[in-house]
Amino acid sequence: MPTATCRCGETIVDDRWEKLDEIIEKHRAKQGALIPILHEAQELFGCLSEDVQLKVAHALGISPAEVYGVATFYSFFTLKPRGKHKIAVCLGTACYVRGASELVRALKEELGVEVNGTTKDGRFTLEVVRCLGACGLAPVMMIGDNVYGRVKPEKIPEILKEYQ
Amino acid sequence: MEFYRSHVLVCGGTPCVLEGCKAVRDALISEVRRAGLAGEVKVVETGCLGPCDMGPIVVVYPEGITYARVGVKDVPVIVEEHLLKGRAVDRLVLGTGAKEKGVVSYERPPYFELQQRIVLRNCGMIDPDSIDEYIARDGYRALAKCLTEMTPGEVIDAVKESGLLGRGGAAFPTGVKWSFTARATANQKYVVCNADEGEPGTFKDRLILEGDPHSIIEGMAIAGYAVGADKGFIYIRGEYVLSIERLERAIQKAREYGLLGEDILGSGFDFDIEVRKGAGAYVCGEETALIESMEGDRGEPRLKPPYPGTCGLWGKPTVVNNVETLANVPPIILNGPKWFRGFGTERCPGTKVFTLTGDVNNKGLIEVPMGITLRQVIYEIGGGIPGGRAFKIAQTGGTSGGCLPKELLDVPMDYFSLPEAGSALGSGALLIVDDSHCIVDIARCFMKFFKHESCGKCVPCREGTDRLYEIVDKVAQGNGRLEDLDLALELSRVMQVASLCGLGQAAPLSLMTILQYFGDEFREHIVGKTCPAGTCGF
Ligand SMILES: Cc1cc2nc3c(=O)[nH]c(=O)nc-3n(C[C@H](O)[C@H](O)[C@H](O)COP(=O)(O)O)c2cc1C
Ligand code: FES
Repeated sequence: MPTATCRCGETIVDDRWEKLDEIIEKHRAKQGALIPILHEAQELFGCLSEDVQLKVAHALGISPAEVYGVATFYSFFTLKPRGKHKIAVCLGTACYVRGASELVRALKEELGVEVNGTTKDGRFTLEVVRCLGACGLAPVMMIGDNVYGRVKPEKIPEILKEYQ
Repeated sequence: MEFYRSHVLVCGGTPCVLEGCKAVRDALISEVRRAGLAGEVKVVETGCLGPCDMGPIVVVYPEGITYARVGVKDVPVIVEEHLLKGRAVDRLVLGTGAKEKGVVSYERPPYFELQQRIVLRNCGMIDPDSIDEYIARDGYRALAKCLTEMTPGEVIDAVKESGLLGRGGAAFPTGVKWSFTARATANQKYVVCNADEGEPGTFKDRLILEGDPHSIIEGMAIAGYAVGADKGFIYIRGEYVLSIERLERAIQKAREYGLLGEDILGSGFDFDIEVRKGAGAYVCGEETALIESMEGDRGEPRLKPPYPGTCGLWGKPTVVNNVETLANVPPIILNGPKWFRGFGTERCPGTKVFTLTGDVNNKGLIEVPMGITLRQVIYEIGGGIPGGRAFKIAQTGGTSGGCLPKELLDVPMDYFSLPEAGSALGSGALLIVDDSHCIVDIARCFMKFFKHESCGKCVPCREGTDRLYEIVDKVAQGNGRLEDLDLALELSRVMQVASLCGLGQAAPLSLMTILQYFGDEFREHIVGKTCPAGTCGF
């Protein structure tokens, strides 16, 4: 069983792998099971590491290349761990004309990262995404599952404070 | 059902949720209780009412008075003044034109006046989580009529005669599409509802699903009966959390009521629905890419033919319809094709739901008859351009659509007139841009989108979207060359004819129309090295 190493250097058994088995069992009978499994696996592990992909491939009897192909095709999936909170700024046209690029600029400055970068303390990952379907409130950004509408760049420090 | 003197509807669509409608609803409930009105006044959380930019929206019936931008602090006043004393709270009322003169009339503002609601018939009117309220407004009657009085062939004929065109963008006649699948012989057929809604600037399907999930379930069941399918899937964007929750609950309720499952209404017809979440790829809205994705693969489109109607999901005949298309079906069955043809135009009967965004006063969801002009939508419903700026362009059909200048504001909005003007109606996204924006910068934003979303399967699209972005980016940086513009047009034409799917075929449209109508602004960037709007820094 794969193990994880925690900060103090001690090796611990990771019970998430058993949970992954359960997820695969739950879905495997249905057709098109791969994407629902990857959805839940990412929720469990935070990202789809090589180990996770291999495990899913073996369990479903498909090639790892196929799993990798799917995992890299969809923007929802990530192979690298993201920060604790994912900030997604909409760069859809409606948001763009209402000043979304100012927002990205302000976030980059505030966080000291580029787009797709994670802050050193691992708190935030900054991403830009396509239209979130909330264009009436442009410009829009999401932090985790929370959506913020009509965001003003100067409000950003205040908003980020809520996410420690 | 119990009866109440007044109903207070609080919009619970995503935009209003973001604006804090939940707190307003809770405050209303507790304030109503405190005032001792709990037995007389019912507070209902509904789906989207439309004017998303002015949320949270509260509507009080039977008067039909709409309050905009209601905050928790306004709630005691509304309860005290309106619900207790029967006087509307003027300062919060939405769109009362006569207010300045000291006389407040509560006519429906023009925002609602020009709208005709077929698809959104229940949105904002009922509690989306209550199947009883849907049924009370004729819900599932169309399904019952199909199962008890009509043959599948008659259902298809009715949809054909209504002239309903698919609302997902391609405008294919729905009845004809159904007849292909009905004719195909197979041991299994499917109905798929396309709720992937990725076109930038479009959020109609989200708000229909949030506001009236049962109408989609009913539409799908009717489609299933018509073509002989017993299984349906709803492929929905993973980000649409609230839509997914409400759909799951609605499906569960429909099963409990025997409106989904085996032997529906004792007719011997079986039908059930499963929700599948997308994983974030614009191209998966294309029907064959969607099917690939549902099968668990990379969402790359297939070569057509064969069309999904005869060879779709797992090789079986599959009807793929957009959310809005399906929402039109129950009223068509119930009221007949002739009634439906009474709306809109001869070639495009019915209504269209648009999402109005960008530099316009009233942003949000509207439903208008086909053939209404762009000018009416922008100025009468949208309330014009804010901040005293001038109109510059309207992009119809989302990022895949074209950009129209002010000379074309009188073009009728339907599936035939807009293409004649060089644009498209598409999914119904309508982006308004004022004269403070640089056209090159806007074009670059469009091209960046396609560069990112091209799935990479076919060369014209994969390479073309990259190169078009490069050319526009160069112009924005001050390094553009005039001959590049001709190159861009030539490349655009190649992409239109040679791309595998609609993504690549539609990708150059916005740039082509921009070069046609705003070519001078591009040339000013290239020759004069100036950006008239002062956006491009050089
Ligand atoms: C790139 C691309 C994206 C699309 N996205 C959507 C979408 O998000 N929703 C949708 O209903 N149709 C979308 N379509 C159109 C579908 O391929 C298909 O025509 C439609 O779902 C059929 O339903 P209808 O006949 O009810 O319109 C898209 C097409 C293309 C080429
Ligand atoms: S463009 Fe940003 S939410 Fe639609």
